[in-house]
Amino acid sequence: MAEKKSMGALLISGLLKENPLLRLALGLCPALAVTTTAFNGLGMGIATACVLLCTSVVVSLLRDLLPEKGRFVAFLVISAAFATLAQMVLKGWQPALCASLGIFVPLIAVNCLILNRADAFAAQNSPAAAIADAVGMGLGYIVAMTLTGAVRELLGAGTVFGQRVLAAGYQPVLLAVMPAGGLLVVGLLIGIANAIAARHSGKKEGESA
Amino acid sequence: MNLHLSPAPHVHSNQSTRVLMRNVLVALIPCVVAGICLFGYSAALLMLASVLTAVVAEYIWQRATGNKVRVGDLSAVVTGLILALNLPPQAPLWLAVVGSAFAIVIVKGLFGGLGDNFINPAMAARALLLASWPRYMTVWTAPTGLNSSVDAVSAATPLLTPGSYSLGQLFLGNIPGSVGEVCKLAILLGLAYLLFTHTITWRIPAVMVASTFVFTWLFGKNPLTSVLSGGVLFAAVFMATDYVTCPMTAPGQFVYAAGIGLVIALIRCFGGYPEGVTYAILLMNIAAPLLDHVFKRRVYGYEKGAKVQNG
Repeated sequence: MAEKKSMGALLISGLLKENPLLRLALGLCPALAVTTTAFNGLGMGIATACVLLCTSVVVSLLRDLLPEKGRFVAFLVISAAFATLAQMVLKGWQPALCASLGIFVPLIAVNCLILNRADAFAAQNSPAAAIADAVGMGLGYIVAMTLTGAVRELLGAGTVFGQRVLAAGYQPVLLAVMPAGGLLVVGLLIGIANAIAARHSGKKEGESA
Repeated sequence: MNLHLSPAPHVHSNQSTRVLMRNVLVALIPCVVAGICLFGYSAALLMLASVLTAVVAEYIWQRATGNKVRVGDLSAVVTGLILALNLPPQAPLWLAVVGSAFAIVIVKGLFGGLGDNFINPAMAARALLLASWPRYMTVWTAPTGLNSSVDAVSAATPLLTPGSYSLGQLFLGNIPGSVGEVCKLAILLGLAYLLFTHTITWRIPAVMVASTFVFTWLFGKNPLTSVLSGGVLFAAVFMATDYVTCPMTAPGQFVYAAGIGLVIALIRCFGGYPEGVTYAILLMNIAAPLLDHVFKRRVYGYEKGAKVQNG
């Protein structure tokens, strides 16, 4: 088992060092599909983070009862229940957002970020630690999804959160809001995150040496 | 005494990237001249902007990433020029600048530079431009010549209006189209030079054109007009033959070139676009590693058909 981390360290590591989208490359499918605007990215990020938090808590509470062999089925049932709940809430509260996210809201149930955290962390740790991990990972995912959406919206429409940023004469890069453009933007963001992480760890080694 | 030990082969060839790229540039001269004569100085400006951007982008990228600056190998000049020759003559200059920078930095630089790009940079840039700014990329103008009183006369691509141009017009380039693709005579001159200097072999151009001919014929179009319209010939000579993104062995190259022809015919006859050369080449670029895996070169020192360990 990995070394015990403090609650604060768990929160921070999900946000930066182990950012689910940009460092662990988890939850890529919705990141490519629905982040055509910053608002969509934010909405999808929040919905996923909420389901992640609830699933992690329940999995952590049930960790002694879950069978070793069938554990993924149990994780799926739990996350599917919360994903259905999230879909109902979204439909009632933000029907337009729910419509534009489409099939990817129910698909939160099989988001590999949620299954990964349930298996790799929540199933082996106390509920308090699971909450810290889920909140850190969830916030990291929200930030990364919003960032991806903002970059794609900026390139593809010249706006961010619907506010015009680039001059009206700007010729939008339509490719940025197509799936191929999503792949390019997420790839570039992952590259930048890796470069920052490499520089950061290089500095740390230099300090300890 | 200073002895230099090195493994075989010991025969030194004078071919270097710079020499090969220079040959390609020389072979492109007829296309450049034809493009300027047919479409006027706007075509020349487009080429200038594209080449300059490619060279500057390559220089900045290699400096910024701490690599050796290899602008002198001329590969960036070739990429920039081929991209410009693939643009509509009235395309705004910024289109060439954006496309060129994308080709050099994203498609080539990020994947490791010349030799490591998995698709042809100029083709990938054209795909980006076509997907992002279709209203600039699908505006075709009829050739007006150098001393024309009008700037441009808009016209439909011959691919949409088959039969409106004679074979002679299609051959000499007096038709609407991209800067470099219209004049088939100029392309054939370039092909002759490339074959004469052994820069490329006949395989890919010949098989690709033959395949386009056969498949468009099978799908019920006039095969001769199909081969002479659009970018088939230009792509066959200058883009499908890109060393980096085509298969290495002869059988692999046959399948690759035939595949490009088939995809072009499929897109043109059944697809939503009038032209499919760009996507055909990109698709077969991606298939090239697979073709190299299927058609392996016989490893030196092994019998034909022998199993090579760790191959």
